[in-house]
Amino acid sequence: MEFVRRDAPFIAPRANVASIMRQVLYALIPATLAHVWFFGPGIVLNMLIAGLFCLGGEAAMMRARGKSVAVALGDFSAVVTAIILAFALPPLTPWWVTATAALFGIVVAKHLYGGLGYNIFNPAMAGYVVVLVSFPTHLNFWTVPRIGDLDYHYVNLLETLQYTLTGNLPDYLTIDAVSRASPLDAVKAGLSTMHTFAEVHANPMMGHFGGRGWEWISNFILLGGIWLLMKKIIRWHIPLGVFAGLLVPATFMYVVESGTHASPDFYLFSGGTMLCAFFVATDPVSAATSPRGRFVFGAGIGLLTYAIRLWGSYADGIAFAVILMNMSVPAIDYLTRPRIVGHSKHEKAPDR
Amino acid sequence: MSAPTFDLGYLHGGLRMPRRKDKSNKLPIQHVPVPQQLIIPITQHVGDAAHPVVGIGERVLKGQLIAESDGAISAPIHAASSGKVIAIEPWPVSRRLGGNAPCIVIECDGADRAIELSEPITPYESLSQDILFQKILQGGIVGLGGAVFPTAQKLMHASITPLEHLVLNGIECEPYITCDDMLMREQANEVLGGAQILMYALGVEHCFVAVESDKPEAIQALADAMTELQDHRIAIKQIPSIYPSGAEDQTVQLVTNKEVPSGGLPTDVGCVVQNVGTAAAVYRWICKGEPLISRVTTVTGDGIATPMNVFARIGTTVADIVNFVGGYTEKVHHLVIGGPMMGRSVTTDKVPLVKATNCILVLSDEEQFGNEQPCIRCGDCASACPVQLQPQQLFWYACADNEEKLRSYGLMDCIECGCCDLVCPSHIPLTADFRMAKARMRELADEVARAERARLRYEFHTQRLDREQLLRAQQLEAQKQAASEGGSKAIRDILERTSKKHDQDPGEE
Repeated sequence: MEFVRRDAPFIAPRANVASIMRQVLYALIPATLAHVWFFGPGIVLNMLIAGLFCLGGEAAMMRARGKSVAVALGDFSAVVTAIILAFALPPLTPWWVTATAALFGIVVAKHLYGGLGYNIFNPAMAGYVVVLVSFPTHLNFWTVPRIGDLDYHYVNLLETLQYTLTGNLPDYLTIDAVSRASPLDAVKAGLSTMHTFAEVHANPMMGHFGGRGWEWISNFILLGGIWLLMKKIIRWHIPLGVFAGLLVPATFMYVVESGTHASPDFYLFSGGTMLCAFFVATDPVSAATSPRGRFVFGAGIGLLTYAIRLWGSYADGIAFAVILMNMSVPAIDYLTRPRIVGHSKHEKAPDR
Repeated sequence: MSAPTFDLGYLHGGLRMPRRKDKSNKLPIQHVPVPQQLIIPITQHVGDAAHPVVGIGERVLKGQLIAESDGAISAPIHAASSGKVIAIEPWPVSRRLGGNAPCIVIECDGADRAIELSEPITPYESLSQDILFQKILQGGIVGLGGAVFPTAQKLMHASITPLEHLVLNGIECEPYITCDDMLMREQANEVLGGAQILMYALGVEHCFVAVESDKPEAIQALADAMTELQDHRIAIKQIPSIYPSGAEDQTVQLVTNKEVPSGGLPTDVGCVVQNVGTAAAVYRWICKGEPLISRVTTVTGDGIATPMNVFARIGTTVADIVNFVGGYTEKVHHLVIGGPMMGRSVTTDKVPLVKATNCILVLSDEEQFGNEQPCIRCGDCASACPVQLQPQQLFWYACADNEEKLRSYGLMDCIECGCCDLVCPSHIPLTADFRMAKARMRELADEVARAERARLRYEFHTQRLDREQLLRAQQLEAQKQAASEGGSKAIRDILERTSKKHDQDPGEE
C-alpha cells in the first residue's frame, strides 16, 4: 500500500485571511448604515470608487509583479482598505480625490513595499494622508447630519453622484448650505477664538458627546469592534492602548483646565477615534506584534492623536498618528519582545 | 479517591483542539499474534545504533539479545519472537529523514519459544542503584513517550543531580492517541510498580502521575491501584487537556510551576519525567524478567476500519497490525507514525513498529490544506506558542536565512509542536520551515566546527614546520661554529663522518 507524504501537522488550520477580512467588513455594516442615515449616501459612492481603484490597483500590481491576481483579490485585503478609506473621506468627495488616495495606498504604500504582509504603512491611512495634504480644500465637506430642522436637506443619491463625478452640486443647492465643519473642526476653531468648550458644545450640532451623527456612527463602530474582539479577529491590546493614550492626557487637561479643553468623551466619540482603535490601528500587517508592543503602539497613536488635535493644524490627526506609529513598529517590536520560556527575565539575547 | 490536587503551573499558549480519542479507546487492548516476519531496526533510540550480535541463519528465541548497546548513549535490542535471522539489511522505517535503515529481519517459526526468563528480582531493593541501572539498560528500555531516550542513561544522569520529584507522564495531548490512557486503565498496577522502582533507583521520595482530567477511567484505575499499594509518596495530578501539555518541559512546567531553563533538562529544576509506558516496561523487566519487546500502540484514524489499541511485538509491520485490526477503509491517504501534530508520514506500510511508535494514524484527504499565503503578522502564532516564541518574526528571519536573528529570537527553543501551523490564517507551514532552519543551523555549526578543526590542524602543521626549520638552522649554525672553532681537523672529521654515513646508508637523504 502506498501513501502520500507530507509534513506534520496533519490537522488543517481553521482560520484563513479571507474570512478574517470578510468579518472585518461585516463588522462595519451597521456603521455604514448609520453613516448613510446621518450623512447621506456619499459613503457608499466613496466605497464603490475606492473599491474600484483599490481592486484595480491590486490586480495591476499583482500582474506587474508576476503573481496570481485571483489570490490577491480573493483575500479581500484591498476591499478592507477601500472601505476604511471611504470611512475616512467626507461624504462629498470628488471621485479623483478618492481614486488618488486608493491608488496611492495600494500601489505605493502596499505593493511597492512588497504587497500584503510587507507594507510598513497602513495603506488606507497612507492614501488618506496624501490627499489630505495635497487637496485639503476638497476634504472639508461633511454633509449636515440629519436633524429635525425644517431647512434640513438630505443630500440624495443623485445630488451626491453629481457632486462626486463633476465637483458641482445641482444649481438649487450650494455646498455651504449642505455642509458643515466637522465637530472637531468646530471645537478647534471655537477654542482658538476664545470660546469655552461649554459654549461651543451648546450648539445642537455637537450632539450629546461626540457630535450629532458622529457619535452614533462611533457607537456602531464600537459595536462592530466589540464583535471582532469576541470573534478573536482582533485583540484588546491596541484598542485599549488607543483609548488610554487619548483619554489619559485628555482627562488630565480637562480636569486641570476644563474651560479651554474639550471633554475626553468628546474626543472619544468624534472624528476617527473609534474607527482607528478597532479597524485601522488593528491592521496586523502595519501594527506591532507582541501583546505589550501592541499596547504601546495603540497608546502612541492615542497620544499623538491628542497632541495633533490639541496643538496641530489638523482637526483630527488620527491618520498622521497611525502613520507615525507605523514607522515606530520595528523599534517597538524590538523593545517589547516577550521573554522566551526557559530564559531568565533579565536575559535579553544578544542582538544587533 | 485519595488523589490530592495541587495548583498547576502556568503554560503560555497551547491549543484546545478536537480530541478524537473516543474512536480508539472503546475496545480493550488486543494482542497482535506473531507475524511471519519481524523487522527490527538496530536504531530504535536516541544515540548510537545497537551492534548486531546475531548472524544470518542463526536461530533466535523470544527475548534473546540480538543487538547490544554500543556507545555511551545506546540501548540493546531483543528478539520479539522465536525464529531464524534471515537478513540484516536496509528496510524502510519511519524517521525524520525517511528512507531506509539497517534492520534485523527474523522469520518467525510461530512457536514463540522464549529464552529462559532472567530471574525476576524481588525485592528490587536487594539491588544497589548502580546495578539496577545496569539491569534497566540490559532490558533495552527506552522512553516510550516518543523521544526514545535510553532510560538507564537518563536515570544515571538524573541520579547525580539533586531531585525532588519523579513525574510520570500520562498526558497524551495529541489528538487520536490513547495508548497511555488504555495502559493506565488496564495496567495501572504495573505503572505504579514501575514508579516505585524508578523512585528507588533515583532516590526520590515523591512522585506525581500527571494525567489529563478528561481521562476519568484512567484516573479511577490509578486511584484504585494506589489504594491497593498504599504508597503515599505517589500522587495523581490532573492536568487540563491543552496541547502540548504532555511535552516533557511543558509537563514539568504544569506540574511544578518551574520552567526548564533553555537548553537544559528537567533535572535542572529537580524533576525526572518518565512516560507511564516506560514505567510499566521497567516493572515488567525488573519484576517479570520480560525485556522491551512489545508495546501498546493506538491504531486509529478515519482510514482504519476498527480503531483500537493493540499490544504488538516490536518489529511487526504496520501492514500486519492494520490487517489484524480489520484493514483500511476506502479513505486512505496519509499514513502517519505518531500523532497528527508531531508524527511523521511514511509512504509505505512496510515500516515496522518500533519502540517509539505510540500511534499508527491513517488519514483520509478530508483535511483541506489551503495554499500558503503571505504572513499578515496577526500574531496568533505567538499567542499559541507554548514557549512564547514569536513565530511571525522567526518565519521572517528564516526566509532571510538570518542565523543571528533566528538564534536571538529563540529558534532553538522551538519544540516543534505545530501549534503555530494550526492557527495560521495564511496556512504557512511554520513548523516545517523551523525544522529546516534548525537543521541548517546545526549543519552550519558543524561546518564551523569542522573549519575550526581544520584551521587548528593547519596551524599546528605550520608550527611544526617552523619548529623543524628553526631546529635545522640551529643545528647548521652549531656545526658551522664547531667547524670554525675546531679548524681543519674538525672539517675533516665531519667530512669523514658524512661520507661514512653515505656509504652505510645510501637511501638516506
